[in-house]
Amino acid sequence: MGKSIMIVGVGGQGTLLASRILGNAIISAGYDVKVSEVHGMSQRGGSVVTYVKYADKVYSPIIDQGEADVVLAFELLEAYRALPYLKKGGKVIVNTQAMDPMPVIIGAMKYPENIAEKMGKMVDLTAVDALSLAKEAGNIKAVNVVLIGFMAKATDIAYDTWIETIKTTVPAKFLEVNLKAFDLGYNYTA
Amino acid sequence: MKKLLLGNAAIAQGAYEAGVRVVSSYPGTPSTEITENIVKYDEIYVEWAPNEKVAAEVAIGAAIAGARSMSCMKHVGLNVMADPVFTASYTGVNGGLLFCVADDPGMHSSQNEQDSRHYAKASKIIMLEPSDSGECKEFTKIAYQLSEEFDTPAFLRLTTRVAHSQSLVEIEERANDELKPYEKNPAKYVMMPGNAIKRHVVVEERMKKLAAFAETTNLNTIEDNGAKIGVISAGDCYVYAKEALGTKVNFLKLGLVFPLPVKTIQDFAQGLDKVYVLEELDPFIEEHCRSIGVEVIGKEAFTLLGEYSPNMIKKAILNEDVEIAAKADEPLPVRPPVMCPGCPHRGSFYVLKKLGLTVSGDIGCYTLGAAAPLNALDTTICMGASIGGALGMSKARGEEFTKNLISVIGDSTFMHSGITGLVDMVYNKGTNTVMILDNSITGMTGHQDNPTTGKTIRGEATKQVDLELLCKAVGVEHVRIVDPFQVDELEKAIKEEVNRPEPSVIISQRPCALLKTVKYTGHAVITDKCRKCRKCMQIGCPALSSDENGIHVDLNQCNGCGLCVNVCPFGAIVKEG
Ligand SMILES: Cc1ncc(C[n+]2csc(CCOP(=O)(O)OP(=O)(O)O)c2C)c(N)n1
Repeated sequence: MGKSIMIVGVGGQGTLLASRILGNAIISAGYDVKVSEVHGMSQRGGSVVTYVKYADKVYSPIIDQGEADVVLAFELLEAYRALPYLKKGGKVIVNTQAMDPMPVIIGAMKYPENIAEKMGKMVDLTAVDALSLAKEAGNIKAVNVVLIGFMAKATDIAYDTWIETIKTTVPAKFLEVNLKAFDLGYNYTA
Repeated sequence: MKKLLLGNAAIAQGAYEAGVRVVSSYPGTPSTEITENIVKYDEIYVEWAPNEKVAAEVAIGAAIAGARSMSCMKHVGLNVMADPVFTASYTGVNGGLLFCVADDPGMHSSQNEQDSRHYAKASKIIMLEPSDSGECKEFTKIAYQLSEEFDTPAFLRLTTRVAHSQSLVEIEERANDELKPYEKNPAKYVMMPGNAIKRHVVVEERMKKLAAFAETTNLNTIEDNGAKIGVISAGDCYVYAKEALGTKVNFLKLGLVFPLPVKTIQDFAQGLDKVYVLEELDPFIEEHCRSIGVEVIGKEAFTLLGEYSPNMIKKAILNEDVEIAAKADEPLPVRPPVMCPGCPHRGSFYVLKKLGLTVSGDIGCYTLGAAAPLNALDTTICMGASIGGALGMSKARGEEFTKNLISVIGDSTFMHSGITGLVDMVYNKGTNTVMILDNSITGMTGHQDNPTTGKTIRGEATKQVDLELLCKAVGVEHVRIVDPFQVDELEKAIKEEVNRPEPSVIISQRPCALLKTVKYTGHAVITDKCRKCRKCMQIGCPALSSDENGIHVDLNQCNGCGLCVNVCPFGAIVKEG
């Protein structure tokens, strides 16, 4: 047993925290795990990618093309970009938020239309309006934890393990919002 | 107890367990978190130095004084600190001394892709290369033993993927951290020719001992799977190869990348049909293999550029292709990094672009001013180069050119190596204008304090360098402080200073929008006074977009900084909330 989960999004959306929660939950469940992140330049609003891999023994921390069991995308265009990394039969979970990259803002390129519909025809896709759920939880920044909550349900890691992990990973002052966000994601049905 | 740790955090833990007492570094992706994690350990003195050279000197001094010490830097930081490092190789140590250097294959956050293993060879200093967080910690501890046993500084080489991946690490106790006795020993520590000549002999003898050690150390391991193909690799390439090839090949994993073993490699290759060397960047191991008569396949099957990956290795060695599930069948707009909403640099570059100046650039968040739509930078070479570079341009092209020329440099970068350039400019009668983009923090590498912020790495209050006074002290008579969001005032200041036939400094001062002390509120609203001139779009704010219907504000991104309000010529943008 094991899984390769690729988390993609836009710098500033909180993908790092998401991968940390995921990584810590996985070790609590007794697996070997590697989490790979890229810091620095790409955090300034650029595309960001983190990899979470678990199994009895994990070697490479990166996920290569055709390898991801799950692509967890915080933004539509980034999900679309990550498709080649998905394994055949893999699953895409995408937040329905769209954020214009600079080439679109300055009018040099167009943001692709109907990304979710197009992807839905190619792969197993679930779209989640995580931004609205995060607002409901009390903070738009909790999009990351909403999405982790939704994904959590599809893993074999127990609910309580997730909750314990969030309690130890998230700063106390944001705990309440994040627990709420996690539950909203966990209980969401598409 | 096992913990999931970043490679960099594991090195910090290793340093703690090894009894390290002094750490001095300058930030640089992907090495920064090593030093940031040291802050967790009260037993260790830790500091941000103004640059890598000073950091290395502090660590060398501490080691001579008997403490285990460390300095951490990105690959290009090693260029800056090379001078003391090469001679520390001659002096050797007293307490163990480790330099952690992080290379960045693929240039995730760097201006070049240099391979720091060459430095180990050139300076005759041992170099260890871990492949995951567990090894990051273990190798750090081993490096201190070797440093003291062989009386040499040691390098720990990382790459981005090792530094920035988390894996499981066994947490252990701190070892004895007693200081070694200090005794005056000029023959060892005063490197003037008479002494250094003798120390060079010691270095060459040490190299012989290390060559013998390289054959026996269990930093290098062999995995014999009874295969006919062999793979020699180190660091992240080893884990990629292991993932891609499993037990289909024999492995020689090198934990010690300098000096490289000879007989171990020759014996490993014996009887194999093919031996591959897997290493990112330069053919460092490959050339060594060839030089000792071992036929290998290296760069001809791979690449000198960027990162390796498991799929690349599978394809080259097993000729296996990967199947992918799907791919977008239309061109996708790239998403390059951008200045954050509220970034103070945006105001500065908006004005520079408007004035059409030649901008001698530097390295920091403000390097993003080179990207569209601001397109404001002409050059970026290395930290500090903006000032000397502009002086060189002026000396080459004369007075008229200088009136359209300006240097831009961040506060941390100015302290790192900009001040020496400014001294050169004043001393050699330059008439250039330098703009210090003072956002009160080292932004690019994720918010480290520096000598201009008034706080230490531990957040304690300390003396704060007064940039205005400093510039005046080196002889710049015209120094002024301007808020980059007051775009009209900034424009006026820049015009005046570049036209002045004397050296001048403009300190463009406004704190980074991500600092906790900065509290912008509300958001921008486009009112019906908007004439769709799209001037506001020229600031390149990610919170603004435009279509046939006009300008739109993305309320999830706008933080109400107010720059667009100041830029609008019709007063059509207002702040609400
Ligand atoms: C020799 C060297 N050391 C470290 C770095 C990494 N680095 C890039 S920019 C930078 C500092 C940027 O800070 P500052 O000049 O204050 O500009 P800001 O990012 O805050 O705008 C650092 C440490 C580097 N590129 N070169």
